[in-house]
This record gives sequence, structure tokens and C-alpha cells, in this order.
Amino acid sequence: MLQHDIVIVGGGPAGMAAAVKAYDSGVRDVVIIDREETPGGILRQCIHNGFGLHKLGRELTGPEYAAVYAEMVKERGIRVYTETTVTAVTADRTVTAQSRDGMLKVQAGAVVLAMGCRERSRGALNIAGTRPAGVYSAGTAQKLMNCEGFSVGRRAVILGSGDIGLIMARRMSLEGAKVEAVCELMPYSGGLARNIEQCLHDFDIPLYLSHTVAEIHGDERLAGVTVAAVDEHRRIIDSTRRFIPCDTLLLSVGLIPENELTRAAGIPIDPVTNGAVVDEHRQTAIPGIFACGNVLQVHDLVDYVSDEAELAGAGAAAYVLAKHADSETTVADNITVPTVAGDGVRYVLPQRVHPQSGDVALFLRVSAPAGRVRFTVRAGDTVLATAVRPKAAPGEMEKLPVKAEKLAGVTTPITVSMEELA
Amino acid sequence: MKRELTCIICPRGCLLTAEIENGSVTVRGNGCPRGVTYAETECTHPRRTVTSTVRVSNRENTMVSVKTREPVDKADMFKVMERLRAAAVSAPVAIGDIVLADVCGTDIVATKAID
Amino acid sequence: MFDVVIIGAGVTGGMLARALSRYRLSVCVVEKASDVACGASKANSGIIHGGYDPLPHTLKAKLNTAGVPLLYKAADELHVPYRKTGSLVCAFGAEEEKTLAALFARGKENGIPDLKLLSGDAARAIEPALSAEVTGALLVPSAGVICPYMLTIAAIGNAMDNGVTLLRDFAVCGIARDKDGFTVRAASGDTVRGRFVANCAGGFADRISEMAGDNSFTLLPRAGEYLLLDKTEGARVSHTIFRVPSAAGKGVLVTPTADGNLLVGPTADAVKTPESTETTPAGLAKVATLAKKSVPSLDLRQVITSFAGVRASEKGGDFIIKMSDTVAGLLQVAAIDSPGLTASAAIAEYAVELLGRAGLPLEDNPAYCGERADSFAFRHMSDEEKDAYIKAHPAYGRVICRCETVSEGEIRDAIRRNPKAVDTDGVKRRTRAGMGRCQGGFCLPYVRRLLAEENSVPCASVTKKGGESYLTVGKL
Repeated sequence: MLQHDIVIVGGGPAGMAAAVKAYDSGVRDVVIIDREETPGGILRQCIHNGFGLHKLGRELTGPEYAAVYAEMVKERGIRVYTETTVTAVTADRTVTAQSRDGMLKVQAGAVVLAMGCRERSRGALNIAGTRPAGVYSAGTAQKLMNCEGFSVGRRAVILGSGDIGLIMARRMSLEGAKVEAVCELMPYSGGLARNIEQCLHDFDIPLYLSHTVAEIHGDERLAGVTVAAVDEHRRIIDSTRRFIPCDTLLLSVGLIPENELTRAAGIPIDPVTNGAVVDEHRQTAIPGIFACGNVLQVHDLVDYVSDEAELAGAGAAAYVLAKHADSETTVADNITVPTVAGDGVRYVLPQRVHPQSGDVALFLRVSAPAGRVRFTVRAGDTVLATAVRPKAAPGEMEKLPVKAEKLAGVTTPITVSMEELA
Repeated sequence: MKRELTCIICPRGCLLTAEIENGSVTVRGNGCPRGVTYAETECTHPRRTVTSTVRVSNRENTMVSVKTREPVDKADMFKVMERLRAAAVSAPVAIGDIVLADVCGTDIVATKAID
Repeated sequence: MFDVVIIGAGVTGGMLARALSRYRLSVCVVEKASDVACGASKANSGIIHGGYDPLPHTLKAKLNTAGVPLLYKAADELHVPYRKTGSLVCAFGAEEEKTLAALFARGKENGIPDLKLLSGDAARAIEPALSAEVTGALLVPSAGVICPYMLTIAAIGNAMDNGVTLLRDFAVCGIARDKDGFTVRAASGDTVRGRFVANCAGGFADRISEMAGDNSFTLLPRAGEYLLLDKTEGARVSHTIFRVPSAAGKGVLVTPTADGNLLVGPTADAVKTPESTETTPAGLAKVATLAKKSVPSLDLRQVITSFAGVRASEKGGDFIIKMSDTVAGLLQVAAIDSPGLTASAAIAEYAVELLGRAGLPLEDNPAYCGERADSFAFRHMSDEEKDAYIKAHPAYGRVICRCETVSEGEIRDAIRRNPKAVDTDGVKRRTRAGMGRCQGGFCLPYVRRLLAEENSVPCASVTKKGGESYLTVGKL
């Protein structure tokens, strides 16, 4: 069995940022295990721009953003095991992986889970009809186009207004395909406003809100889809059914954190985020195992993934250094208070906080779109922080900083709520 | 004339209102100064960065991702695409390498390294 | 001139081909699809039925009872995954309990071992997820679950290893009888000749029979829709949970699958053709509602895919397995609806017997080997065994399908060994790559590349399931 101070599962943006931060926090023996030929994760197929403004101060494409972090990893001499798939992580931090060299077993001082997420598939939506070729999750189509250079279709309908779907609507249009429509089940879009603007409006692609694909047609290759409006209970309104001929249906209907390894390790999962329950260092309920990036909560922006991964990297380093120093207490031994999603808030992350550990940023998503809103962070009757935003939407993650002096001494659950202002 | 815009500069996607009078643009709703620049440009001569791919001739089923170094006129997006479709590069390619020079007033540069 | 031409590479044709390969015979299987197991054999409940349901003295009763041990034996030899789950037939109320008692008696008469009538509470004691409304149950310990398409693939693969020929994309459009035998003609113009023809054409068996000159039966296609749930739900129940059967069929069942998923379904609706395998909003909703009635705690958010299969029944209700009354040398193996999968090994034995009586010489093939190498051998190894195996065969180290942990080596095997996988659905059925929770979202481009590489064809020509089912429409 090999030994490493920190093993990072996944070499996407989260894994690389966590590795760099862990190294810079004083732990030199950090390794990344990634299943692909080169690190970078899904960013390698996200060839559009819009990455890095917040984190790096310049606007980059996905591959460029990944390259910045890959270079930092390389400069530090952090080893990346490529084409190596982690098959198990245990609560005592042994990591098993499979590669062409055989089965790799590592005893890790700390583990950072950064496996990312997967796309919700057609099956999970239960769309009726036939099962022809030409029905893809948006990311699969993106990989076939951007990495392998194949055209996935000539005439497309996109179900779901998630960002990848919007980006692919533009990508297919630029490549000469006709995108007939984007259908969104909810009465509001799931993607960023700027993507509606530059991916749909720029190409005159209609966005039908409160619409879905009711049926898929075609035996071998897709021949078309039946789209229909839905009522307020998301039930199909039969009188609105309409056939749209197309050879491609892209699904952009949500991302699911890939937590199979996490669950198998016995780590508790938050049913709302579908990611591990963590504290502000992104440490899970099992000491020494951390999680960050889209495996923890699905982010809108890679910049915030990097931020979150740095918290996990620093946390993992602190955990290892405390162990090395044989110190009696580690972060995990301190008392925590839970965070609670109050009115208008769907979830709050981290799910628990150490009140004594300094400034903490709370991340959250709202349940429904709203105009001008105020967020309030309370512990009992004490207001810890407030913030006003010009608008809020479920597709856009909010960040609320809470100051150390406000947190210190808190012993009751911390509730975050939203109220719409006139 | 009054126009409602969604700023595409950053993910906040501010809702902007631009008043255009005698060629000068007054902007409201912007969260930062870049919003003003965006609205002004969008109302007078809208521009877009085009990102796409170019075939790597000496690698099977491999594309190199590229972008326009500077935004091009929005009306020129498909012209850029036409040039890219006809283009090919040979590996190795480094990030920032010029793949095609002088396309609609800017260069096409690689955004991915191909060894 | 083949001794026997089998029309249809489903579980019936496949098991018959394997049974015939025990003898010194030349056998050819023709299949209209690009792969085997593309009809009812890929989309059914996968149940090994105990045998309480068929009316005594019917072929169904006889071959179901005889078929159970034969099927377990074949599955062992072919290394097809199965589980002896046992089944519980659940009654809701006094009226259904009466039916249970009748089924119990019928099962006894059919010779089913160890049947037991349980109270609702006794049933819940062994199956805690059962609805509180279940008032009684019939326990059938010999029942089980098996992967139906793996059984078909393995049976045909084994038959091919023993010398049987498989012709794919061979859509039979004409059958001519002359004094020596039959000429079977495909839509493509290809022909194949055989002394005997075995009609194992599933839902199309009535049309094939008619082509040969026998129009003694008509099949009624009925579609069954299913929901397949993620392995996270696979342990929701440990038995196959049936409702009390009615005229419409055995009702919606809830069962673990041999692969560890959970399957619920089917509906039973008359459809136009055996190819009407589309799912419907009403059908899927009905499956969900009825499954919840038996197992209320079912988490339907874990559905990973839905599908429909069409079974072919005949109004008499029994299998039709006999030499044609009007066309000499034509063996009918038709109307094989439930319990056709369970009975498949016994059906094959019986069919061989009929062919023997009709004059087919059954002389032992000394080279016959009924064992087929285990497709899942690698994944069942311990980490230490895997380590050693990968060191000798590095392709097994690279994971292609992350949801089901399928390696490049296993996928290459599936493309190379009989019956070779030729499209991405074929790889999926043989290896489970793309069968998991992401439904191929990540692995599809890689599987496609491996298919192109192994078959020395361009990526663009690889299909999902043959025909025009291309995955991409050209290069950018």
C-alpha cells in the first residue's frame, strides 16, 4: 500500500485548485488521481469564453482556465495519476484505483473528493416514446463536437435551459444546424441571463417556458419530438401538443453530483444538494475526508468551484499538519452549529459551521426567482448578516459573508432567509 | 430610444436600460463600469467573441479549440465560422498560437494545447 | 444446405441453436436485426417463474416446471447472471386471497416444490417493504431473476462456438418449399437453404408461418412498459413481488434484477405490431402507480430508464410448439409469451425431440462444449486478482464506463467474441457499459471509438442499433 499525505480524487478544476492550495499550505506530498488522459475535467470541452473573470481577472475559455491550473499543478511537482479511476474510498482514508498499471491502493492522510457531476439522462425524465439515436445529454454532444469534431445533428430541439444546453444551442447554430426551440419545464430559465441573451437571442432561437418534450419519435435516428405546454403542476396540457421534426434532441435538465464513492464510504449526503454534508472547511462528517466543487454542490461558475476547492485544500492541509504535529484537537473536534434554509431559500452550504473559526461565507440558492431581495442570516433573534440583491434566481448561487465577530459565541442553528422587497 | 439589455460581460447578467439620444448612450442598472461600456457598444456596434474549433490535420478525430483574440462585429460571426471550417492546423499547437491571422479584423488563436 | 435454419435470434431461437449444436448438424440462425436479442428477449421482466400460473396439462405448465432446473443449469454453464430471489404473489383482501388459494392448488398440481401460503404479516416479516394492505401471499421459493438478453447472447455465442452460423440483417421475406427442403429468402436478396426450418420469430412467427404456407395461427402483440431503477433502489425488495394474476396477465411486478437494479412493470396493452415498443405517458404513469401499491416506499426519482417490450400471445393461451400440420419440415415454436424465458431451455429440448421424430438425425457432436467463458469474470475478481490480471492484460485497467465500472478490455472482448457486438447498444447489452445511471453520457464517445477501432471502420459509421441509427451526421 502506498502512502500519500493528501489524495485528491478528480483532476478537474476543483481537484487542481484543491491540490495547489494544499501544497501552498505546507503539505508537499499531494497527489491527484484522474480518469482522463489529461487533467482539466469537463473544462476541456467547454470551449466557450466567460471563465476566470472573478478568479483570475481575465476572461478565458474553459481549456485556457484549466491550463492555468494545470500549469500551477505542474510547477509544484504535484503528481497526477492519469487514466486512473478511483473505485473505492473508505472511512479510514484508503483509496483504491484502477489503471493500466494494475490496482493502486493508497493510504491517505486526508482525502479530497472532487469527482464533479453528471448530467441527468432521458431515462430519469421518463419521456415517453421510442429510443432512437440522436438523443443526447448536452455535455455528450459537446464532447463529440468540441473534442472529436463531429456534427451531432442538423436540426435540434433542446430540452432544459441549463447553461450547457444554451451554450450548445449557440454552438450548433454557429456550425450551421437549425435549433428549433429550447423548452423549459419551469416558468423561468435555469441558465444564466447572459447565456439567454448571447446564446438564444443572438440566434433567434425561441425559449418556451413551461414547456416540455412529451414524446420522442423515430425508430433508428430521431425523427422528431412532440412538445407541449405544462400547467402549474407541470402536467402536460394535451391540447398544446405539437410535433417538431428534428434529428437531434439535447437534454440540459440538471446536473447530479457523482457521489457514489462518497455514499459507499458512509459519508452522509444532503438530500437537497445531493452532495456531502460539510463544514466551512468543506470537511465531511468523516474526519479527514473533504469535498469540493460540483461533487459537493452544482456551481454556475468555475471561478467559485476554484474558491471552494481552495477551502477544501487548505482544510485538508490543516488536518494533515495537525496530525503530523500530533496535536490533540483537530478542526473536526470542535463544536459546530447547523445552518438552516429559511423562507425562500432552497439550501445553505456549508451545512454546519464552527462559530469560533473566523469569517465564513455561506452559499445558497433560492427556491424561486424574485426581484429585489434581502437575505438575512440569523442565529435565534440575533442578526449575523444581511445583504440586498437587485434580483435572485434559482440558477444563480448567492454568497453571503458572515464576520468572525458576529459568529463567535453562536450556539443556536444559523438560519438564512430571503424576503422580497417592494 | 430606450433599450433593455442583459449585460453579458460577467455572470451577474445585470439588467441594463440604455437611453440613446443624439448618438450618446445613457446607461442605468449596471453593477460596474463594464456594463456602461457593454451597453454603449451593444447599442452602436455590437461585438462578440467567437469560440469554435479547428481540425488538427495530423491527429485523428482531434480538434483544437480557438477563439477570436478580440471580439468581432456580431454580424461577422458566421463569416468567422466559414473561415474556421476551411482551416486546419498541425500539432503541436500551444495556447495562444495564431491559427489564422487577420480574420474580420482580428486573429484566431488556439485556446488549447495539442502535443 | 443446412440441416436446420432457425428464423429468429431471440431466446427461443438461441436456446434451440445451442441445443442443436450438441449434435453433428449444420445449423444456421437468421435474424432480421443487426444483433441478437433485439425483440421481446431484450425487454421483458427477466423472471424465472415458479410455475403456479399455467393451467395444468398445458405445454406452458409442463415446460415451465421442467424448464426451471434446466434454465438454472444452462445459466451456470453459460455464466449468465441470475438470482434465486423467490417470489411473493400478494393478495389485497379476501377476494384475492381466494385466488391465492386456487394458485396454491394449481402450483401443487403442476409439481412446483415448497409452495407456501403466508399471512400478510408473515409476508412482511420476510419482505418488510410490502404494503401494509397486503393480506396474504403465496411464497414460491424456486422463482428467480435472470438477465434475458445476456442469456440469449450467451446461448447464441455458445452455439456459434460449437459451429452454428449466425446471419444478421437477414429479414426473411419469403420461404419456398421444394423436395429437398426450404429456400429462405431475405429482403436483401440473400438466400439460405435448409432441410428443416424452425420458426422462432417471436412476434413475427405468424407471418413467417404464413410465408411457408401455414396460416393456422395469428398472434396478438401486447406491449408491456417498464421502469428501471438505479442500483441504489436494488435492495428495496429481496423477492419478486407479484400481484394476483388476472386475465390481462400477471400484473405489475416489482423485482430486483439479476444485475442489482430494481425493475417495475409491465403494463399489458394490445398494440398494432410487434415493433410497437414505444413507451407512453399513460403506461409509465400506470406502472408507477401500481408498483407503489405493492411497495409504497419505492423511490421513483431513482428511475434511470424506461422501455417497452412486445410479447406475442395466441388466443388459445398456450405455446404453439409442434411440426406444422400442413408444411412438412416446418417446426413452429410460436406464441412464446410468459413463461417463455423460464421455459426456454425446456422448449429447446422439446423442439429437438420433435425434429428428431420428424427425421432429423441426432448424432452426438463429440466436440460440443456447453461452457462459455464468463463475460463478467473480471468484475467479479478481488482487487488482488484484478491487479494480477491487469498486469498481464493492461486494457482491463482502463475504466470506460464509470457507472458500471466497465473496462476497455471487457468492451474489446464483447466486440471480438461470438456473437460480436457491432453497435453501441450491442456493447451495452453485453458489458453494461452505458446501462448505468448516466445512461452512456460519459462513455458513449469512447465506446464508439473502440467499435470503430476494432472493426477498422470510421467512427462516423458506428450506429446505436444498426440501420440508420447513426450517432453523428458528419464532420464539422
